[in-house]
Amino acid sequence: MSKPQDKDNTKTRAVPTVEPLRLGQTPSQTVGPFFHPVLVPEAFGYPFQGIVGNRIEACEQNTQAIVIEGQVCDGAGRPIEDALIEFWQADSQGRYGHPADGRGGNTSFRGFARAATGPAPHHRYRLESIKPGAVDSAQAPHINVVLFMRGLLRHLYTRIYFSDEAAANARDPVLALIPEARRATLIAALQETQGDDKTASYRFDIHMQGEKETVFFDF
Amino acid sequence: MPQRLSPGPGSRDWSSHPPLIAPAYKSTRLRGPTRPLVPIPASLSELTGPVYGHESVGPCDHDLTKNAARDGEPLGERIVVAGRVRDEAGRPIAGHLVEVWQANAAGRYVHKADGHDAPLDPNFFGAGRTVTDAEGRYRFLTIRPGAYPWGNHDNAWRPPHIHFSLFGPTLASRLVTQMYFPGDPLLAHDPIYLAVPEKARARLVADFSLDVTEPGFALGYVFDIVLRGPLETPMEHAP
Repeated sequence: MSKPQDKDNTKTRAVPTVEPLRLGQTPSQTVGPFFHPVLVPEAFGYPFQGIVGNRIEACEQNTQAIVIEGQVCDGAGRPIEDALIEFWQADSQGRYGHPADGRGGNTSFRGFARAATGPAPHHRYRLESIKPGAVDSAQAPHINVVLFMRGLLRHLYTRIYFSDEAAANARDPVLALIPEARRATLIAALQETQGDDKTASYRFDIHMQGEKETVFFDF
Repeated sequence: MPQRLSPGPGSRDWSSHPPLIAPAYKSTRLRGPTRPLVPIPASLSELTGPVYGHESVGPCDHDLTKNAARDGEPLGERIVVAGRVRDEAGRPIAGHLVEVWQANAAGRYVHKADGHDAPLDPNFFGAGRTVTDAEGRYRFLTIRPGAYPWGNHDNAWRPPHIHFSLFGPTLASRLVTQMYFPGDPLLAHDPIYLAVPEKARARLVADFSLDVTEPGFALGYVFDIVLRGPLETPMEHAP
């Protein structure tokens, strides 16, 4: 009586499976030149309240205050006057303020900021934040960057690492994926430490093209 | 240790998105990177992201006809723009922030860098935000934006559009895009819209909808948005 059973099995296998629903992704479009009044209104003097400014507030004691400044340069080496940069980072203990990060105690840390190149001299952006901790045992401290601008049809992802974390950077699995000659494009250079709170200032420039073209990620 | 995303619904579908350099859109030539993106495994850094929900919006933020009104109503044609935000599996993206900005009815932005010789509207600012409901739905009340000239090429005009910005659940689901209007003859001449692969362009054009139209008050448009995902959560995040 095994034959009919086999037959039935064959029949079962032949039933076409239903393709899971897959909707097409909405295409990206450029942020354009006119995003300031809604995305970075305060910094550019527009009468609108944005969800966030260029400052990430610490929620713990004994954090390292940092300032990161830099330019975003086009393929001709000119500083870009209308780039938008978003920053996403962990707190000083490496915890993200997000439900996917299951570690407790991190709910009040927002970890997000927006800055634009623009009115400041030399078209520099400025982020005021705290030094993030390492998010896991492998990765070096870093800040995730999402970059937008007129002339960029889809946003770009990169990371800011820190020049004073050389040992951790040397072990970082993401930096290890990048040819050595290009790794420096992801490392913010410590300029100085100053003030009562010993704020550490870093310089991090982004180059869209050319010899120093910044490494951008796909994930 | 970071974990690699499995290919499939989690990955960015590049065939749905414009290239980084689209020569007809001149600004891309010196601003789009030339080297290939470096694929990296997704860790908590990529599978977390900014969390902005109901606490980040005020009661009038979704109504651009009122949120900047000083001494009257903005000029132009009132419209409702509504839709659903979902992931590729059709699951609603609920409780997430949607930010929008746009030109006024005359095609002019409230922006220091907008040199277009068209009038500002003292009762219209052109910025709004809202949060999606449990089914991923959002709804804005606004003014139909005007077309405006730009310097890309001779006699270049941007088709009327509304800019949208969404985070979605993770950094990887981030999207900034533009919504266009159905039947617009300028679309066939716009290098920003045309940079999108042909099969995906229609996703950027809203549908006119009598269901969303408010009788005697405002025409309705539906603009549904699909964000990348769902994305896997990494199994390990030991310190």
